[in-house]
Amino acid sequence: MYRYDEFDQKLVDQRVNQFERQVARRLAGDLNEDQFKPLRLMNGLYLQLHAYMLRVNVPYGTLSSEQMRCFAHIARTYDRGYGHFTTRQNIQYNWVKLEDTPALLRELAAVEVTAIQSSGNCVRNITSDQYAGCAADELADPRMYCEMLRQYSVLHPEFSYLPRKFKIAVTGSPNDRAAVAVHDIGLRMHRNDAGQMGFEVLVGGGLGRLPHIAHTIRDWIEPEHILSYVEAILRVYNMHGRRDNIHKARIKIIVNQMGIDKYRQLVDEEWERIRDGALRIPQAEIDRVEQYFAPPAHETLTDAVDLLGSQRQQDTAFDRWYKSTVVAHKVPGYAIVNLTLKAAGRPPGDIDADTMDRVADLSDRYSFGEIRVSHRQNLAFVDVRQQDLHELWQQLDALELATPNLDALTDMICCPGLDYCALANARSIPVAADISKRFVNVDELVDIGELKINISGCMNACGHHHVGHIGILGVDKRGEEFFQLTLGGSSDQNASLGDRLGRGLPQEEVPNAIAAIVEQYKSLRNDGERFLDTYRRVGVEPFKEAVYGEDKRKAVA
Amino acid sequence: MRMIIANRLHDGLVVFLTADGGWSVSIADGTVITDSAEEERLLAEAKRDEDRCKIIDPNLIDVTVDGEAPRPVAIREAIRAFGPTV
Repeated sequence: MYRYDEFDQKLVDQRVNQFERQVARRLAGDLNEDQFKPLRLMNGLYLQLHAYMLRVNVPYGTLSSEQMRCFAHIARTYDRGYGHFTTRQNIQYNWVKLEDTPALLRELAAVEVTAIQSSGNCVRNITSDQYAGCAADELADPRMYCEMLRQYSVLHPEFSYLPRKFKIAVTGSPNDRAAVAVHDIGLRMHRNDAGQMGFEVLVGGGLGRLPHIAHTIRDWIEPEHILSYVEAILRVYNMHGRRDNIHKARIKIIVNQMGIDKYRQLVDEEWERIRDGALRIPQAEIDRVEQYFAPPAHETLTDAVDLLGSQRQQDTAFDRWYKSTVVAHKVPGYAIVNLTLKAAGRPPGDIDADTMDRVADLSDRYSFGEIRVSHRQNLAFVDVRQQDLHELWQQLDALELATPNLDALTDMICCPGLDYCALANARSIPVAADISKRFVNVDELVDIGELKINISGCMNACGHHHVGHIGILGVDKRGEEFFQLTLGGSSDQNASLGDRLGRGLPQEEVPNAIAAIVEQYKSLRNDGERFLDTYRRVGVEPFKEAVYGEDKRKAVA
Repeated sequence: MRMIIANRLHDGLVVFLTADGGWSVSIADGTVITDSAEEERLLAEAKRDEDRCKIIDPNLIDVTVDGEAPRPVAIREAIRAFGPTV
């Protein structure tokens, strides 16, 4: 993984020192809240319902065991013993004290972690495929470009005060696990007709109160031009994006108002001007950064077909876990292992300090000391020897990190909601808990198959509800919490926004409604057909009937 | 009936204005206001504490008093007063 050079470290250290002085001025009364707020946000520090919340960057979802141990230490020392992994592959601490923040940031800086630009109207953490560099289905490793984009965008003076926040995601696999179509810029690595690797560039995707699937602004661009092309997109946005209305300030609004053809024309005009300037990346620089992402020292192995076959045959629970959470690796004899942070009743994405330490230890022992974070709020070990899988599974099971529910109904994305968030209208974690307690039968989950439920506590959509196969949106109706369901959303390579099912439901009715939808799906599906495919084939009406028709609701209640 | 709620500057914790003009993390210590002139006077006082960098964003919230302890009417403020429900 990437390691800081002297420039990175100096920049980060200086920033901590600067913020320490800003905090001191605030505490001494030399800055008021209006003056201080933009400064703290630039360093990832929010004020939420109960306390300050610090959002810490995990660049493109990649962590070392040392960094994870530091996260555990921070949770124990400066928070209440836990952290929350988010849909931006970051970690949030919910109970940070302002007066402690500089010391906390200094400890993070010592392990090459920052909270810089994890908030504010700037380019946020670059996100990517959690399996980057390892997945069998990957065309190319996107991490070096993520890293170059990170370095390019951190403290970029021109783009530190954009009209609104700006999110970039990159995938190197045709199977999009990074949700690039719902980002301000999405980059998909692929080969052109001549066989050269490059990027398809998407622009103007996003969720929130006005969701949009991104448009392709350019089918293919050479890697050497990726920074200049991104700069052209950012510059046009900075010039034309709306600053008069916060709800209409994201790039998706201007792209859709202007039309993608006009936006493309403006970007191309700007790009022609700058494409061969300082941002053209020399091959030597690409090669240099690529070295940081060289594969670990894999042993020469063959796939452990016989061993795994007999272990799976002898142990049903291991077999279930294997089928649910183990993903094909590009190197023979290795596997990718997902650790879902979705045990029944637990807040999705939450992890306590002791478990963080244990995860770090296990990553050292089984996966070259590296941990990945997914935008679905899970962790992964991406370089595990197949022969170690059974042993690792036993250890993960003891930590309640071996729930065999990856991409299943209980592997929900869930924002912090009204239990923590100052913007939320409704609680989302209790809804997730109710659903996870309703669907505890592993055989039933296996039978239902892939079904992604995404829950947001308000229309800002941090829980990505628009792109859940089932989306759940919390709303406030005259002081009461209600939940609106959407069906048919997806953030993969065939991205779509969900259709609204009908009137909002009170919290206690949500699990029954989910059960009714599931039963209807089971009655309608063809052999092997996923929920999303059934939905796309039959449409919303049968599911409306299932949820709002009295007879069927009673049947599953 | 109303109370004044805010976040404490140095640690961000939720606090309630008390009868002696201080701030407490416990809603039970907070002063319940029943008259609008008093609301105005105490909110102005709270804003002075904001200017003095003791607290942030003081606001009046509706409460009910059932027995000894006051309870915010809105779910949001109840969660602020009593902590996450999970």
